[in-house]
Formats: sequence, C-alpha cells, structure tokens
Amino acid sequence: MHRTGELYGQFETLEQQKDSAALGMWIFLVTEVLFFGGMFMTYTVNRHEFFTAFGVGGNTLDIKLGTTNTIVLIMSSLTMAMAVWSAQTGRKKLVTTFLILTLGLGGVFLGIKGIEYKQKFDHHLIPGHNFDISYRVNHPEPGEDPQLLAAEREELAKAWAADPNLNSHAQLYVSLYFAMTGLHALHMVVGAGLLLWLLSQAVKQRFTPSYNTPVEIVGLYWHFVDIVWIYLFPLLYLIDRHR
Amino acid sequence: MPREHYLNATYGIRSWLLTTDHKRIALLYLASVTFFFFVGGIFAAMIRIHLLTPNGLLVSPETYNKLFTMHGVAMIFFFLIPSIPAVIGNFLIPIMIGAKDLAFPKINLLSWYIYLAGGCFVLYSFSTGGLDTGWTFYTPLSSVYSNSAVTPAVIGIFINGFSSILTGLNFIVTIHTMRAPGMTWFRLPLFVWAHYAVSLVMILGTPVIAITLLLAGLERVFHLGFFNPALGGDPILFQHLFWFYSHPAVYIMILPAMGVISEIIPTFARKEIVGYGFIAGSSIAIAVIGFLVWAHHMFVTGESTYAALAFSFLSYLVAVPSAVKVFNWSATLYKGSISFDTPMLYALGFIGLFLIGGLTGLFLACLGLDIHIHDTYFVVAHFHYIMVGGAVMGYLGALHFWWPKITGRLYPEFLARIAALVLFIGFNLTFFPQFILGYLGMPRRYHNYPPEFQVLNVMSTAGASILAVGYLLPMVYLVWSMRYGKVAGPNPWPATGLEWTTDSPPLTENFRVTPEVTWEPYDFRNRPELGLQVGASLAPAHGDD
Amino acid sequence: MVNAAEHAEHTDHIVSPKIYVAIFFALMIGTILTVVAAFYNLGPWNIVVALGIATMKATLVVLFFMHAKYSPGRTKVVIIAAIFWLAIMLVLTLTDYETRGGQEVQLRSPAVPTLFHV
Repeated sequence: MHRTGELYGQFETLEQQKDSAALGMWIFLVTEVLFFGGMFMTYTVNRHEFFTAFGVGGNTLDIKLGTTNTIVLIMSSLTMAMAVWSAQTGRKKLVTTFLILTLGLGGVFLGIKGIEYKQKFDHHLIPGHNFDISYRVNHPEPGEDPQLLAAEREELAKAWAADPNLNSHAQLYVSLYFAMTGLHALHMVVGAGLLLWLLSQAVKQRFTPSYNTPVEIVGLYWHFVDIVWIYLFPLLYLIDRHR
Repeated sequence: MPREHYLNATYGIRSWLLTTDHKRIALLYLASVTFFFFVGGIFAAMIRIHLLTPNGLLVSPETYNKLFTMHGVAMIFFFLIPSIPAVIGNFLIPIMIGAKDLAFPKINLLSWYIYLAGGCFVLYSFSTGGLDTGWTFYTPLSSVYSNSAVTPAVIGIFINGFSSILTGLNFIVTIHTMRAPGMTWFRLPLFVWAHYAVSLVMILGTPVIAITLLLAGLERVFHLGFFNPALGGDPILFQHLFWFYSHPAVYIMILPAMGVISEIIPTFARKEIVGYGFIAGSSIAIAVIGFLVWAHHMFVTGESTYAALAFSFLSYLVAVPSAVKVFNWSATLYKGSISFDTPMLYALGFIGLFLIGGLTGLFLACLGLDIHIHDTYFVVAHFHYIMVGGAVMGYLGALHFWWPKITGRLYPEFLARIAALVLFIGFNLTFFPQFILGYLGMPRRYHNYPPEFQVLNVMSTAGASILAVGYLLPMVYLVWSMRYGKVAGPNPWPATGLEWTTDSPPLTENFRVTPEVTWEPYDFRNRPELGLQVGASLAPAHGDD
Repeated sequence: MVNAAEHAEHTDHIVSPKIYVAIFFALMIGTILTVVAAFYNLGPWNIVVALGIATMKATLVVLFFMHAKYSPGRTKVVIIAAIFWLAIMLVLTLTDYETRGGQEVQLRSPAVPTLFHV
C-alpha cells in the first residue's frame, strides 16, 4: 500500500489517520497501565505484609534526590506539552527547542537515578548480593552527624525487634524498588529514543499545524511515564518518613 | 479465478517476508501456527503412548513432566491464542468492514516477527533441557528449584505476549476508525464483534502475564524473593497474577471460535441469525466477566473461603452469556434450511462439544465438588472439550468456510466431511473417558496411575490416534486443493457479508471501490449481487465432489 | 464518512501555554505537599494522603497535558477502562488476602492437633 504525501494508503483521509494514531497510542498506554499494575499489585501485597521492613527500606532512599527527580520529570512534561503547542501553532524552531529541553530533563532524571543506584551498591543493598540492611549504620561515612546516626541505629534496632526477618523482607522491598524504577527507567530510555527520532524530523521543520501527530502521540507516552513516577515517588520514598 | 489478486500481485520471498498486506500476513501466521500445532501434537502423542500402561511405557517421570509442560506451552501460547485471530481475523476483518487493510499494517507484520522471536526462545528452551514446571509456571518450582530451561521459555512467552497485544490493538483501532460508509456497529458481522471482545481481553490481560513472568524470571536469575517463601515471598501472589491473565486467556481462545460459529450457522441454515444483539452483547459480557473469575483456579490453595465464594458465584455468572449464544444458535437452526457442508459439520460439532465442556466447567466452579475433582483428569477433559472440541473445531470450520475466499479454490467436500466425522469420533473417544477417570480420582500431571484405570487410558490413547488422522486429512487435502481444487467463485456457499462480494482470492487492496453498506447483516432474502435470489435453489453452488 | 462524528473534535483544540504553566505550578505544589505530609505521623491516613495527592496530580496530567479534557468521549472511556481494570486486579486479589484470618481448620487424623486457626 503506497503513501501519498503524509497519507498512508490504508486510510481514506488524514483525519482518519490522525484519529487512528491517537487511539492506538491510548490503547497502548492501557496495556502499560496493566503492565506496571502487576508490579503495583506485588508491591501492595508485600507492603501490607511487611510494613516495618518497607519503612526501613524506604528510608534508605535519598529524599532530596527523589524530590528533585519528581520536579525534573514534571518539568519535562511541561516542555513536552509546549513542544506539541509549538507544532500546533506553526512555531517550527520552538518545536526543536522544547524537544531538546525535554530530552535534557529526561537525561538529568536518568543521571540522578544512576547516582541513586550507585548509592545502593555502596551500601550493600543489592538484592541477592550480600544484601545487608544494617551495613550503612555499621559502616558510617567519616563526618556523618553522630546524633542522626544514633537515631538511625535506634530505629533499626526497633525494626529488628518487630521483624526478626528484617533483612529478607527489606531485600524484598529493595528488589521491588529496583524492578519498578528499573522498568520505569527503561521506559524513559525508550522515550528518549522516541524524542531523538522526533528531533531528527523537527530539525527538518517537518511538524506543522496540519501535521504534528507524531509529536502529540510521543507526548502521550512521555506524560504516561511521568504519571507512573508520580505514583512511584510516594510509594517508594515516602513510606515511613515520620519516625 | 480473477487475473490479479493478492497471491500473485508480487513475487519473491521478500514480497512475502516484508509484506504489509493483512492477507499475506494471515498466511504467514497460518504456516507458523500449524508448525506449533505439530510441535504440541507430537508431545501429546508421546503423552498418550506413555499412558498406555500403569507404570508408564515411554519415558522417565522427569521427562513426563516435560512432555505435558511443553505440550501446554506450545498449544496454548503458540497455537490456540493466535490461531483464529491472527489467521482468520487478520485475513477477514478489514474485508468484513470494507477497509483496504488494518489500521497499522506494519505493526501487523511486526506482530508476526515478534511471535516468531518468542517461538525461537521457546523452541530453544524445548531443545536444551526442556521445561518441567507445567504451563502454569507455579513458583517456587519455576523460579527457584526447577533444573529445566525455564528462563528462555519465560522470555519467549513474554515476547510472544506483545504479538498478542499488538494484534488486539490493531483490531480495536481498525474496528473503530476504518469501517466503510454505512457499516454501523450493528451492521458488523458477529465475527467482528467477537474479535473486538477478544481484543479487549488481549489488551487488558496480556500485560499482566508479561510482568508476572518478568518478575518470576528476575527471581530465578537474580535470586530475588517475590514468590519464594524461603525469602518471605508469596507463591499465592504469583498464582493470582498468573491467573488474572490466564483465565481471560481461555476466553481469548474461545471467543473467536464463537464468532466463526455465528457466521457459519446462518449461512448453512439459510436463515438470519436469531438474537444478533444478544450474541454481540454476550461476547462483550464474556470478555468483561471473564476477568472476574480467575481465583477459581485456586480454590484448594488455601485462599480465603469468602473470596472463594465470590469467585465461585462469578464463575457461574460467566456461563450465562455463553449459554445465551448456544440458545441463539439453536434458535437459528430451528426451521432453517440446513445443509451439512463441512463448515456446518464443524459448527454443529462445536455446539455439542462446547456445551459439554462449558457445563463441566460449572461442575468445577462448585466449591465442594472442586475439592474432589481439582487436579484430576476431569479438569483435563473439561478444558480439552472446550479447547479442542470447541476452539480447534471452530478454527477448522473457519478454515473450510473461508478457504474458497483465501485460495480461490474449493476443497474436496466428500473427503472433508469424512475427516470431520473422523475427528469428532476420535475426539470423543480420547476425552470422554478422561471425565470418568478424573471423577474416579486419577490425578493429572502424573506419569503413572493405578492399574484399574488402564482400560480407560487405553481407550483414550486409541481415540487420540483416530483424532490424529482427523487432523492430518485436512492438512493433506487443503494443500492439495490449492493446486488442484475446483475454482470457487466469489460466493460458493452462498453467504452474506462483504467478504463474499469480493473476488476469490481478493485483490491486494480488497475493494476496487470503497463499498457503501446499506443492508443489514445475515439478510438471506433478495441479494442478487451475492447470488441470493428468493425462490432460487438453496443448494450450495459447488455441489458434491 | 461514518466516522466523521466520532473524531471531529479531536483535531485541533490548542491548549494555551498559560494553562500548561498553571498546571505545572499546581503539580509543584502537590509535590511539595506530599513530601511535607510524609514527615507528619498521620497513622493510617499517611497512605491515603500520599495516594490522594498522587491521583490529583495524575488527573491534572491526563486532563491537560494529555489533552483528555479536549478529546472525544471514546478517549475518556479508554482511560476509565484502564483504571477500572487495574482496580479489579487490586481489589479482588486483596479480598483474598484481607478475608483470610479467623477460619478454623479441623483435621481428622488423630496423629496431629485437631483444631487450629488459619
């Protein structure tokens, strides 16, 4: 089936083509909801069963980095929406600008994630590899606040008293942390790839008020990945901060 | 035969492997699902031969575990789930709605390649140690203790899931946005309604098994503990997640077949289908309610009694829309002008066998009774009645009904009727004894059994050999007919439906001019363009061979 | 065309950047709120507040960034279906876990204790 201009041969009108593309992406996002949903299910059951361990596990995450990442990702959604607006209003150069900004912010997010993963590695919190929830308090960095450290030791002692299998259960939490944020990060990498593809066309000024569907549907995907993080953040980082 | 059609429009292997024509892709799928049917069938043959004697005739207990696992995996994921949608659905849906192709032809081709990739991983697993966990992959056997090639198999099924998802996505968008002018929702053939419902299940269910197998695979490779009790994990959680998809999956396997029956029955009863709205609605109802019953597979796991009660009730509820269909098909047959062409034989066989299979499902949904028959051959017989007596007969009926459209040729009618009869007899001889065996207490997935069960087992194996003949015959004569069969016209039966207004085989773009639909479906009154005339002979156009 | 009515409005409702920026600031406020709330002990309400704020943020993203507010009804059905199906999985599975305790199991074999709680 051949293509005449922007119209693919199986379609009768551009309208039908645009409509199909949008509906197709929304349905794909439905599958993604159920895909991540399975992990949210696993998380729910395990958190309910092992709340203490999940609290301890959650507190091993750096809340400053997590909050920063949340802000960065929401900003990238803004720039993505602006890229769509630019295409819809014929501001062809701005499309490129906003796509680059979105890509950049996505890169920052992934970079911070990398730092967080490295921290986990340094603190012996890699599941299946000598996982030790107590490692960090037993091997503090030089220059750490002794009062905070004492408070953490106390919190950990209470947790061990409440759950004799704290290490196993905390390992479950961290496994879920890696699985959920890892899958999310993978989706961001795919998103970055899609953004690069869009950029390759945007620099050729391909997107106009009458043809901007690809920007719009990549936008839908990008916003969805943002929404997943909007849920991951409180569920992973903010479980039991108030002890 | 028309001079130019989709088969001869372009030549060469590249024109097939890189095609975006939904009809060619359907044939690519036909070849690959038939291959996997053979793979699954060979394992089935080995199982039945092994079970000829109480202590097992053929293989060791460990190998036996691999046989039933690989039989299940090959048949369910690589034959049953794709069969009708990817072969018949792909071929027909655009034509039935008056479109030139699906909404996303390239994604359609990608679906096939994804299917192949998944298949390669699974075949690799089969040939490097096999798989012994059961197709259900229960943990921690699959994620910790099994020494078989679980990881590649799980990767293969994960990948294959995306083939399903993309097919469903393609169908839903196509049915929403690509209908020809005048083709309103309630003028759609019931085959299309059935595939819309199937696509809903594919979209909503398949991602869950994908993530479940991913988690189980991660657990196996990285020694995590989601489903491993030794590390605080929960095997029942795996079962919840697994069955959340795998129960609706059985509706993926049966709904398309029901759609096929809804096309065949009116054609060979020469009568408008009774209760079009009910049949369309029941397809959607089955798709939706089918998601609410999964834990009936877990009645004996120690799940909460209250949850079990709820799931048992819902399982009774899901039988209602299926029954509605059977009533409507029967009402269509009543006072119809019946002709017993091969597709009709398969459709009638479907109704009877699906009835038995479906009703025995209600036996299993009954909590007290399930304690007795869970994990016995009763279950095995129940699902084979639906999957083989139902889905496979629906698939064969579809192949025969639309064969003239797909190939432009007629298959040999007399031989085909014999084959259908052989299949029906062989099927019942294979699986009916299994109901009895199960009720008497023979467990499933066991490599041996008490000697008093031998007679029934031998009967079952004898039936299987007859069933095999019933499968081989069509494979031979259908292939034969592609070259030597009588040329079919556009509408040999004759039947209603847009596909019968096109050439046999159709043009690549299906229609020279986009049709404008002004008639209701299954209207067997005056339709000269279809060769239907009030008062004309009602005998099928091609006669007997 | 049969489908004209179905997809007419989808085409070109252009959302103003002012709205996008306003939504962005609402999302920022939500983020700050949820972090602050996490440091207070609200007992069982912590999770409710956290998920409630997350859902409000998600709703804003879906309605405005993803243009769901300006999309045909069909899109809204698709979104609701996704949420509903996720809810089916979560709720029905939890009915198993939540209703398990308090069932007495009586065994008949004399060699083991005959009555215990599950």
